Amino acid sequence: MSRPKVAFFDLSCCEGCQLQIANMGEMLLDVLGLIDLVEFREIMTEKWEGDYDIAFIEGSVTNEEAIERVKEIRRRAKNVVAYGSCATIGGVNGMKNRRPLEESKQEVYGDKGDWYPAIETKPVHAIIDVDYFIHGCPVYPAEVIKVIKSALAGLHYQVPDYSVCVECKFNENVCRFDLGVTCLGPVTRAGCNSWCINNGNVCYGCRGMLSNPNIQGTEEILKTYNIDPELIANKLMMYNAAMESNDE
Amino acid sequence: MSRNVAVNVEFLTRVEGHGHIVVDVAEGKLNKAELQIVEAPRFFEAMLQGRTIFEAQHITSRICGICACGHSLASIQAAEQAIGFTPSKQSIDFRKLLLHMENLDSHILHIYMLVAPDLVGEQSFMGMMKDHAEAVRRALRMKKICNDVCDILVGRHVHPITTVVGGFTKLPKKKDLETMRDKLEQLIEDLGPTVELISSLTFPEFARETEYVGLVSDDDEYPLLMGDVGTTDGVRKPKEEYASITNEFLVPHSSAKHAKNKRSSYMVGALARFNLNSQKLNSFAKGVADKLGLKAPCYNPFLNTAAQVVECAQCASEALAIVNSYLANGVDQSEAVIVGINENKTIPVQAGTGFSAVEVPRGILFHHYLVNEQGIIEKANCVIPTSQNLQNIEDDMHRMVPEILDRSDDEIRLSLEMLVRAYDPCISCSTHFLEVDFVGR
Repeated sequence: MSRPKVAFFDLSCCEGCQLQIANMGEMLLDVLGLIDLVEFREIMTEKWEGDYDIAFIEGSVTNEEAIERVKEIRRRAKNVVAYGSCATIGGVNGMKNRRPLEESKQEVYGDKGDWYPAIETKPVHAIIDVDYFIHGCPVYPAEVIKVIKSALAGLHYQVPDYSVCVECKFNENVCRFDLGVTCLGPVTRAGCNSWCINNGNVCYGCRGMLSNPNIQGTEEILKTYNIDPELIANKLMMYNAAMESNDE
Repeated sequence: MSRNVAVNVEFLTRVEGHGHIVVDVAEGKLNKAELQIVEAPRFFEAMLQGRTIFEAQHITSRICGICACGHSLASIQAAEQAIGFTPSKQSIDFRKLLLHMENLDSHILHIYMLVAPDLVGEQSFMGMMKDHAEAVRRALRMKKICNDVCDILVGRHVHPITTVVGGFTKLPKKKDLETMRDKLEQLIEDLGPTVELISSLTFPEFARETEYVGLVSDDDEYPLLMGDVGTTDGVRKPKEEYASITNEFLVPHSSAKHAKNKRSSYMVGALARFNLNSQKLNSFAKGVADKLGLKAPCYNPFLNTAAQVVECAQCASEALAIVNSYLANGVDQSEAVIVGINENKTIPVQAGTGFSAVEVPRGILFHHYLVNEQGIIEKANCVIPTSQNLQNIEDDMHRMVPEILDRSDDEIRLSLEMLVRAYDPCISCSTHFLEVDFVGR
């Protein structure tokens, strides 16, 4: 049996999720032994004209050209993986959706705004069907391996739909609210092993909101700690703004 | 010679981000030599407006996955100046350690994975597995060590977690320091064969003198985290005056701005730093420079890669020295901070303006913020190393193309690709944070 053809593509993003692949060290060679990596612009010059078994798409759709690119990838790919938060939920790119695009253009390029076309930020699934989602900014390597295994075996991968708090409790972290700061763990989907909180920081919600967040519980937490709900709403908009505008 | 050459490299590979090279020679005359930057704009500075300064490092590290730690450090330096916070010596030492790891990690990626394939005649790093398997394994091993040390120090290399305005949310324990020491010692062992490999390769011969820009200082340290902005044309200014050196301007073929000082262009990065500060390198790094035959001033941009090898030696040994000094003297764990978005007013905030100038892998990086008395960002600006190099790359192309017109189209195309790659451009960075005018400031 020939090895599955795998390709990586990047739209508007920082390319940090691709780097998580390069950061695997010599284990990367084991993964490369199982697949046929046919396209990966950041590290290889080779190009491929055929179909892909698995196409990873990193980054958000932020211009017309990207819309055409993802449609073309979808036509040629058996499986599409939305890779990293920019692709799965719009990520930090979504923050620009919170103000009129013309205003942002004016802010950045002055009267030359029309030289640089842009559209409102969209996640990949707003344009094409997506088979696998790997959330995170950046992606969590252990989950990447899980999804690659699932995709190679033709199995479904279920993204955890419980809160970061579940993993955080297992890791025996002190609740951030008890330390006097706010945290998006209660409304954010798990799967990162509470990476940021384990390192002394708070959850910024990079994996996106739960499908059914416990609004009442969250309201109680905010009340207990006397926190303005507006503050939390604004924090949520660091990663989730593009999802909000797509739902409208 | 009346020759026509049309080079059109779409989506240049083995660089970070999206760029095209377009060269047009008609009847021996060079009409056009452009590095077109086609990355979609991301409007970071517009996104930062209205957010708290305590989120700035988190957001700006997302400008670039390769230089995330560098952006984070630059952002924190400017943010702390803006709100009037002075970091502790321990915080500064660990920030220096992080910057060494960032420069090492990125240089290793560039030397082995992006540049070496051209020099050994392969299309990619994976292609090198055939004849240079040991080098491939060594590169992955070295890169993993940088990553592992960053995991310990800041939680992860791509988008660091623990480094924040005010210090670190988590500090290394004794056993963490011991692990870092052991890993850095392994890395230093792998530097020997790295130098051997690079000294055995032949870099293209080309020279064009330009102005070299980077940090300068009065002490003996090879300046990376702090200093004034200096140039080989004798200019020296405090970081607050960065805009009078970068003088950014827009061109239609690039969504990233170009920069120039007194000449038509200038260069930043490892070679610029080497040309400005080679006398401050430690003896290990000086030894590597000697082995590679690299001497300042060097006007061959292709040797930026060699200067990166020299800096690998510098950064690895300095990183080890920092770890060893904290192994000897201990880490003050009480300095760990829980800041969040400063809900508890842990850190006093005042309205102000802050600037940073930090030597990240590709050259000097400037962040500049204006915050109000609540610590909310009113204006943000960031000048990226790659943007500063773009005009210099095009000036090199203008000089180089007429010199190599006797070669085949394929050879000319490859030479141009190699030239651009030598600068290690980070196109995501250069596009993702474009300028803003500080009117009246």
